[in-house]
Amino acid sequence: MNNSALIIVTNLVKTFPMGKREFTALKDINLKFNQGEFAGIVGPSGSGKTTLLNIIGSLDIPSKGEAVVMGQSVSGLSPKKAADLRNHHLGFIFQTYNLLQVYTVYENVELPLLLRKMSAVERKKLVLQSLEWVGLMDKIKSRPAQLSGGECQRVSIARAMVKSPEIVLADEPTANLDAKNSHNILQMMEKLNRELNTTFIFATHDEKVIKYLRRKISLDDGKVVGDEIVKNK
Amino acid sequence: MLALKLAYRNLMGAKLRTWLNMIVLSFAFLIIIWNKGILNGWDQQARRDTIEWEIGGGQYWHENYDPYDPFTIEESHGQISDATQNAINQGDLTPILISQASIYPEGRIQTVSLRGIDPDQKLLVLPTANLDKDIDEIPAMIGERSAKNYKLNVGDYVTVRWRDVNGTFDAKEIQIVHIFKTNVSTLDNGVVWIPINQLQEIMQMEGEATILVSSQESGSIGSIVGWVFKDHYFLLTEIREMIEMKSIGGSIMFIILMSLSMLAIFDTQVLSIFRRQKEIGTHIALGMTQRQVVALFTIEGAMHSILAAILAAVYGAPLLYLQAVNGWTMPAGTDDWGMTIAETIYPAYSFGLVAGTTLLVLITTTIVSYIPSRRISKMKPTDAIRGKIQ
Repeated sequence: MNNSALIIVTNLVKTFPMGKREFTALKDINLKFNQGEFAGIVGPSGSGKTTLLNIIGSLDIPSKGEAVVMGQSVSGLSPKKAADLRNHHLGFIFQTYNLLQVYTVYENVELPLLLRKMSAVERKKLVLQSLEWVGLMDKIKSRPAQLSGGECQRVSIARAMVKSPEIVLADEPTANLDAKNSHNILQMMEKLNRELNTTFIFATHDEKVIKYLRRKISLDDGKVVGDEIVKNK
Repeated sequence: MLALKLAYRNLMGAKLRTWLNMIVLSFAFLIIIWNKGILNGWDQQARRDTIEWEIGGGQYWHENYDPYDPFTIEESHGQISDATQNAINQGDLTPILISQASIYPEGRIQTVSLRGIDPDQKLLVLPTANLDKDIDEIPAMIGERSAKNYKLNVGDYVTVRWRDVNGTFDAKEIQIVHIFKTNVSTLDNGVVWIPINQLQEIMQMEGEATILVSSQESGSIGSIVGWVFKDHYFLLTEIREMIEMKSIGGSIMFIILMSLSMLAIFDTQVLSIFRRQKEIGTHIALGMTQRQVVALFTIEGAMHSILAAILAAVYGAPLLYLQAVNGWTMPAGTDDWGMTIAETIYPAYSFGLVAGTTLLVLITTTIVSYIPSRRISKMKPTDAIRGKIQ
C-alpha cells in the first residue's frame, strides 16, 4: 500500500454557525496523504488546522465536499463505523495529552486495546512493547499526575501506537513541552514513522515540529496556501 | 463486560468520592432492610401469637356477634348443636362464651369481658388448664396487664356481678387462680377467663357459646347454621392494617434515605460529566461511540449501588445477624398499646427482602445515573476533547 493515498480530501468546506451567520473554517480543501508520510498542517491560530485534523479523524464531518479515510467517507459513516475507524486505523496525540488521571500508565495505554476486545495476554504483550518504544517501562504503575509533561506525552504516543494504526493525528503535540522534551518526542515519532511506516499528520505552528516535517501544508484563513515536500529529510 | 470493567476502574480510581457515595448508599441499604426486617418479624410474631393464642384455624362467630358493639353482646350466643358438639369432642372446635360483667377490685367498679372456656381445651395455648380447680369460688385467670390495672394477684378474691339471660343481676366471688403473660393484648386487657360450664351456669345459657374456635389443622369444618366462619384473612385484618400502616411510615423513611443517596449520585454524575469532558472526548477519540460512553457513565453510577450492597453486606450482615439472634427489645409500656406486640421483636430478613431491596436500589440508581449521562450524547466530541464547557 506504499504511496497509495490513505486520506483523500476533496473540495472540503467546513462551516460553523455563529449566531445568525456562518463562519467558514475550511474553504475548498483538496489534499491527499500517502502511507508513511510525516506531514504537518501548519498555520497560525484559527487557520483551520485542528478542524481539518478532526474531520480526518472522523470526530467531525465536512459541511461540503468529502474526506475519505482508509477508503471510507467520514460524512457517510454511522457513529459505530466512525468509532471503528478511529479504533482500528487512527491514533490521536493531543496537546494536553488527554490521559485518564485515575488510570495507571499501563491502563491508559491498554484502553484502546480493551475497546478492541483483545485477549489479556495479547494486550499485555502489545502494551509492554509500546511502552518499551517510548522508554517508559519503569513507569508502568505510575499515574499521570506522577509524570512530567514529556513523560505524559510519551504515554500518549504509546497509547496512539499500541494498536499499530495506519495514521496518527497529532494536534500541537509539543505545545506544552520544553525544547528538549519536544525534540525527544519528535525524534521518537520520527523513528516510529520510519520503523513502522505509520503516517503522521501534525497540526502545528511550532517551529520545532516544522523542522522535522517531510511535508508541510500551509493553511491560512481556512485555505491551503502551500503544500511542499521538504528535501533532505 | 468492557463497560463494567472500565466503570469499576473509574470508580476505584475516584477513591474518596466513590467511598462517600458508597457509604451513604450502604446506610440506606441497611436501614431499609433493617426496617423491613423488623416489620416482617413483628408481623410474623404477631400473626403466630394471635393464631396460637386466640384464633386457631379460624372462628365461627354467632351470627349476632359483633365485637365492636357491646350492646349486642348479650344476644350474641347460641346453642351448640349435636353435630357441633361432636366436632368439639373430636378436638376440632372449642367453644367460648362471652358476657359482660363488672368486678369490684378494692371496691372500684371495673367493666370486664367475662369469657368462659373449656379448661381442657388444647386448641389454643391459653393456659386454661389452670382453671381446672375444685374450689368454692369460681376459678378465674387474667392476664398480666389486667392484674396490674386491677391490682390483683394470684389467690385474690374479687366480686363479679353480671346480668343473666333473663336480665337479672347476680353476683359471686371469683378467685384469681392464675395470671398469664401473653403478647396478644385482646386476651388480656379487661378480660376475665373462667370455666365455660360455670359461665353457662351463672348466665343460664346451658350448652351455649358466642365463638367456636377451630383447630389450626381443621380450619373451617363446613357451614354451621346460625354461625358464620371467619378465616385468618378476616381475623388478622387489624394486624395486617397495622403492619401496612407501619410499612407506609417505613416507606417514608425509605424515600427520604433513597432521595439523599440518589441526590449524592446524581450530583456526582452531573459533576463527573461536567469535569470529565476531556475524558469523554478521549474515549470517543479512542474508538467509543457516544452511546457507549453514555452506557459507561450510567454503569459507573449504577455500580455505586452494587459496591454499596457489598459494603453494606460486609459491615451490615454481622449487625443484622446479631439483631436477628438477640432481637430488638421493645421499650417499656408497648404492651399497653393495645396491639399484639412481643417484648422482643426478632427481625425476619428473607432472601426476597434483600434481593428486592438491592434490585430496587440498583434500578433507581441506574435511572438516576442515566438521566445526567444522556447529556454526553449531545456533546460535540471535538469540544469534549478540549474540555470546552458545553
